[in-house]
Amino acid sequence: MADVKNNIKSKREPLIHIAKRDDMVWWKAWIIRGIAILTSIIIMMAIALVLANVSRPEYASVSVIVETMYRGVLGRIEEGSFVMLWKYLQEVAILLCLALALTPAFKMKFWNCGAEGQALIGGFGAVVCMIELGGKVPDALLIPIIIVVSILCGAIWGFIPAIFKAFFNTNETLFTLMMNYIATKIIAYYVYIEGGGSHVIAPQKHGNLPNLLNNDYLLNIVIVALLTVVMFVYLKYSKHGYEINVVGESQNTARYIGINVKKVIIRTMCISGALCGVGGMLLVAGTDHTIRTDSIGGQGFTAIMISWLGQFNPFIMVIMTGLVKFLEMGMGKVADNCHLNSSFADIVVGIVLLCVVGCEFFVRYSVKFRRNKKEVKA
Amino acid sequence: MASQPAIELKNITKRFGKVVANKNVNLTVNRGEILSILGENGSGKTTLMNMISGIYFPDEGSIYVNGEEVVIASPKDAFTYNIGMIHQHFKLVDVFSAAENIVLGIKDGKYNLKKSTERIKQISEQYGFEIDPEKKIYTMSVSEKQTVEIIKVLYRGADILILDEPTAVLTPQETSKLFNILRRMRDDGKSIIIITHKLHEVLSLSDKVAVLRKGEYVGTVNTAETNEAELTEMMVGKKVDLNIFRSEPCSDEVRLSVKGITCVDRQGTVVLDDISFDVKAGEILGIAGIAGSGQRELLEAVAGLQKLNSGEITYNNPNTGNADNLRDKTPMQIRNLGVRLSFVPEDRLGMGLVGNMDIVDNMMLRSYSKGKTVFLERTGPRYLALKIINDLEVVTPGASTPVRRLSGGNVQKVLVGREIASSPTVLMVAYPVRGLDINSSYLIYNLLNEQKEKGVAVIFVGEDLDVLIELCDRIMVIGSGKITGTVDARTTTKEEIGLLMTKSDYKGEMNNG
Amino acid sequence: MIVQFICRAILLSIPLLYGSTGEIITEKSGHLNLGIPGIMYVGAISGVTGAFLYEQACGNDIAKMNMILAILIPFLFAVTGSVLVGLLYSFLTVTLRANQNVTGLAITTLGVGLGNFLGGSLIKLIDTDMSSISLGKTSKFFKMQLPFADDLGWFGDIFLSHDFLTYLAIIIAVAASIILSRTRVGLNLRSVGENPATADAAGINVIKYRYLATCIGAGVAGLGGLQYIMAYADGSWSNDAFGDRGWMAIALVIFALWKPSMAIIGSFLFGALCNANNYITGLGTETQELFKMLPYVVTIIVLIITSMRKKREHQPPENLGLNYFREER
Repeated sequence: MADVKNNIKSKREPLIHIAKRDDMVWWKAWIIRGIAILTSIIIMMAIALVLANVSRPEYASVSVIVETMYRGVLGRIEEGSFVMLWKYLQEVAILLCLALALTPAFKMKFWNCGAEGQALIGGFGAVVCMIELGGKVPDALLIPIIIVVSILCGAIWGFIPAIFKAFFNTNETLFTLMMNYIATKIIAYYVYIEGGGSHVIAPQKHGNLPNLLNNDYLLNIVIVALLTVVMFVYLKYSKHGYEINVVGESQNTARYIGINVKKVIIRTMCISGALCGVGGMLLVAGTDHTIRTDSIGGQGFTAIMISWLGQFNPFIMVIMTGLVKFLEMGMGKVADNCHLNSSFADIVVGIVLLCVVGCEFFVRYSVKFRRNKKEVKA
Repeated sequence: MASQPAIELKNITKRFGKVVANKNVNLTVNRGEILSILGENGSGKTTLMNMISGIYFPDEGSIYVNGEEVVIASPKDAFTYNIGMIHQHFKLVDVFSAAENIVLGIKDGKYNLKKSTERIKQISEQYGFEIDPEKKIYTMSVSEKQTVEIIKVLYRGADILILDEPTAVLTPQETSKLFNILRRMRDDGKSIIIITHKLHEVLSLSDKVAVLRKGEYVGTVNTAETNEAELTEMMVGKKVDLNIFRSEPCSDEVRLSVKGITCVDRQGTVVLDDISFDVKAGEILGIAGIAGSGQRELLEAVAGLQKLNSGEITYNNPNTGNADNLRDKTPMQIRNLGVRLSFVPEDRLGMGLVGNMDIVDNMMLRSYSKGKTVFLERTGPRYLALKIINDLEVVTPGASTPVRRLSGGNVQKVLVGREIASSPTVLMVAYPVRGLDINSSYLIYNLLNEQKEKGVAVIFVGEDLDVLIELCDRIMVIGSGKITGTVDARTTTKEEIGLLMTKSDYKGEMNNG
Repeated sequence: MIVQFICRAILLSIPLLYGSTGEIITEKSGHLNLGIPGIMYVGAISGVTGAFLYEQACGNDIAKMNMILAILIPFLFAVTGSVLVGLLYSFLTVTLRANQNVTGLAITTLGVGLGNFLGGSLIKLIDTDMSSISLGKTSKFFKMQLPFADDLGWFGDIFLSHDFLTYLAIIIAVAASIILSRTRVGLNLRSVGENPATADAAGINVIKYRYLATCIGAGVAGLGGLQYIMAYADGSWSNDAFGDRGWMAIALVIFALWKPSMAIIGSFLFGALCNANNYITGLGTETQELFKMLPYVVTIIVLIITSMRKKREHQPPENLGLNYFREER
């Protein structure tokens, strides 16, 4: 009879048992994530080597690829040339800014997929001010106007889905996604009007953010660095951050202690949108001085993944952004040198993100293989 | 045929860790018989039934179906032995029609909803169900959903039906309808096991009654040969002396006064029906009742979390002397009135605390908005956290451990500690010792007594009658959202409360066998 | 001109119909696959690669090309490529229970990158100075019309003049609609997306259904990419040309209220909206850009109305976006 039960039991238990883990020690979790990143780099290297072998065999060695990446991203720092480095930091800054902007919304479990649109519309606000007011008011006045308008535009783009989420529980993922395309079309419209047939708006002379220490990018980098610290403090040490956390963890608890959940959702999305607007403004008023429909270039989507992979911690996000941008730009350079298509960089980013997303499984769950010995009924 | 056993349990024991949920249970149900399983909350009724329906596997003992020993390792196995269970929480897809839900997962030839509908209608006629197979679940009342669950089981050809507290969610009329159907099924030769803790239902419906108490099997009696008093005694047991210290109430001042509150939930069920009571400063008012009789809604109404249809909640503020109306105010507004109201809800990690936050941050839930800056002030909460860990002997690696990782007793200490720390004038606690070991339980009792001596009006919702009798000053009993009686805890007996708990307006079929 | 407008709208709508039918099948299982835009790119480039290889093998000589092979090879390439990506998505979300939004977006990044990379590489391979590959010969096979199309006037133009992938899209959408609402498989699939715990308790293999729905959905969506290349673009691939049609397809799912039959109407409407600017006289180029915003605005309005009305049949599957783990209830 005991045999019957054992048979049933062994039939019932699958070969692999998956169980939810209690919290994993943080360093173990980071070892797992490190392994995932390493795995993705190995996959990427392997692909690069194979492809280089086909098109430019002289590039088909790990050391050459690594050197190309390094030169492609950082340039010749040791020779005192920092041009490439600044460009890299600027790219990191813009992506980081968007990821930072998304973080409070994500912490609240509001899936803001609209960073792209919120940033674009912020940049749009800046461009409109530059064109309409440029030359009519002094730059000293124009720049504050640009800042305010960009922030407002971004905030409105975040506010619209938020009110519907708060009052009707409208699906925010799809709503914010659609808002991206509306923003794109508005800009396409404006570019046609202002750019005429050429489909481009020429870089504007007025309303450019001042250059810090004669460096085109330094101001943006400094602002985003400040934002990183501010966001960290906001989320961790401010009352707002605390409310966001409670609402995200349990709306029931939030109500129990008397938090106005609707208010928090709307306020947080305004902040999220506003910061995306800042990102767009930095890009437009700070560096590009013009706008295209693809000014943000999909970074709004990459930012979603950065924020999520950075565990909503601004400082981890800095590292993640640095890594992703390094691989993206570095591989772009490798692809260039090997006469490969530059979209190779996108594939690399995709692989890295998928590996890191997938590895979270091993952080959250433990996998046990069933031993082959017969269990004796306890 | 009547005496042929359909299902027998012999010496069934089930443990969950250290807790023994069922110990040496023996049961027999014959064909064409209704057996009631009677017991208080937590007496192990549902665990026992889950073992018959294949959700749990017994640690010891054996199960016989139609005289043969069987192994029931999964719900599927239960189906093959024609056992069907109707759970308390329905497993239905809301946007599907009744028929779609009933046929879900069955593999019997070609999919033909029309044919299935015919069979559903046939089953309904046979037993007297009233159901529209095309009606969507989300438009249905609770009793209709239950009907769907029962037909689902019958459709799969079940001969042995287990119903887990089927009447908890039904109106008296619906209950009587259900009982008629169950009797018809019995006459048809089906065996029915019904879990309940309502005495009158047991007496009116079943042929035999099996009683469980704290996981132990007390015995089986024939319904015809028993009465309410005997069953109550079997169910609640002899009085146990717990030696909880109890001081005399120290004041006559009414702190909180509730008048005629009524509350109707979203489904249209009346969950609170004209409830009125006073709580004095420095007394512990116990609230007894079957789980789900409106206790939660009552406390949430006072805390400002439940919309009321009528009635008044008045708080007599000892500092200002004002009588403030708390009805329709949010928790924040209540706090801003200067009302020091603390609430330890039943759902500790889902409402009272945030599982993923650490102890310090959980301390701040009540107080985070204090202070004029936009920043949080963590020094006070950290000090409080350490104080609670120290005073209440919370076992934790540290103050920055997420509370989700603490054991049940320690979670409760953190929650009660926080609620008491704000020096309340009214303290409401719901099932504060559920799942706690003896030591932690006594610690909580002592804390409540301390508060009482300080002049706090304490409302204690509990389930263990021994504790209620020894801890409280007065005990208010509610049943189906109504007050069925208020007794003096110093003079009452468990039987008296037990009878009040199971009393309700429904007496129509008491003697109908 | 109305006939021309309708034909054009149909042509524009078919990639959307494939994408949204695929996404509906996926979403019915409870998975919000935001990787569909990437998967459509992969479907397109896989088809292009297949067609390219076959054209090369035949020495670019249309006389040597077999009609069945010319259609079948790109078709199978497109389906295989997109199903493989669907499989990757399901492995991550179903087995590894990764966050669906993040995984989907990463798949889109990967898929668009893969499409453009392979496309760019093929362009370099044939050493043209152009920025596109032209597979006009294969396209001709795909675009073969039904007989009598030219003889029946407007009726022939509207109903008979299309490529076979157009008819296939409608057949798939109708079939999906019937399967979802009238068969046991459909019932099981819907229960998996609505309430996986209930489905599991009823003995339905939740994991199997989620894998299959996601992969089949991906395969269907991939055909949308192929149709775009072979019928709309006359067989020429240029990078990024497919644009944001994938997102529009996802938007269309909401518009269609998760019904493939509604997606047929919806995609036609979207196709018409995308195209209307060309047929309304007196519009400047800039206003045309504004007109292109319409499908998205309409989607948002539908999204809001359905959430406000709260009619249960019009809501997304209840467990959309949530991964299922049996031991966590």
